[in-house]
Amino acid sequence: MNVKTIYDDGELTALLFGEIDHHTARDIRLSVDSEIEKHHPTKLILDFRRVKFMDSSGIGLIMGRYRLMKLVGGEIVLCNVPPHLERIIALSGVRSITK
Amino acid sequence: MELMNEMNLTFSSKSMNENFARTAVSAFVLPLDPTITELADIKTAVSEAVTNSIIHGYEYGEGQIGINAKIYDNGRIVIKIKDKGKGIENIAQAMEPLFSTVGGERAGLGFAVMQSFMDKLKVTSKVNCGTSVTMEKYIIRRSKALNDDVNP
Ligand SMILES: Nc1ncnc2c1ncn2[C@@H]1O[C@H](COP(=O)(O)OP(=O)(O)OP(=O)(O)O)[C@@H](O)[C@H]1O
Ligand SMILES: [Mg+2]
Repeated sequence: MNVKTIYDDGELTALLFGEIDHHTARDIRLSVDSEIEKHHPTKLILDFRRVKFMDSSGIGLIMGRYRLMKLVGGEIVLCNVPPHLERIIALSGVRSITK
Repeated sequence: MELMNEMNLTFSSKSMNENFARTAVSAFVLPLDPTITELADIKTAVSEAVTNSIIHGYEYGEGQIGINAKIYDNGRIVIKIKDKGKGIENIAQAMEPLFSTVGGERAGLGFAVMQSFMDKLKVTSKVNCGTSVTMEKYIIRRSKALNDDVNP
């Protein structure tokens, strides 16, 4: 499993691990979405500190969670984005929809 | 420019092979002494092409994906990734950033990533026959450049 979720006081934090691709994104999505549906958090924090690799499947994952958070009336925050992920994040433009 | 090494790989269109494919290609190009950033670029581009064959080419069904990779002594890397899947009707449209025929969890960024992380990208495809993506990248030969400096 490439994610650990922590819910506290309206905030859901997803600590992401390892390599995020189409193969691993599925389980991350299932796990984060079930927590969002359970708690309806006002904020989803995606923590990339321990992510070693990410391709466009990771961008799709961020965009999909953004849509779901909008539905439940919350916002999404990207934090601890390591330098090696900056290029794909910049290319995708997801910064404009996240904090 | 001399061919230094060549490899061919064939594997099943299973999502677990996305990691296998990018790891194998990254190990293959190591003799060119790429930087960590260059390696990450190559891994990401390979991951995009292989994922596309799995998701779009074979639509999650069974099929074979082929990779041919070549490295040259001047630092050139050529990687060709092929499937015999459903093919692409309009390649120019498919390559536009944010275009995706799937939507949902797909950002439509795969080709944009391949384009920006590699130096060259060529896509050929035939509907109901398959798709082939050829990417090139040039690695600056640091050790060679150093020798050239010492012995011009
Ligand atoms: N190997 C392939 N076989 C058939 N169609 C393909 C193939 N590769 C790409 N396509 C088509 O080109 C479109 C664009 O591909 P691209 O990788 O840019 O975006 P995506 O795969 O839809 O989304 P993302 O890569 O961001 O997850 C796809 O939606 C698909 O229709
Ligand atoms: Mg893609």
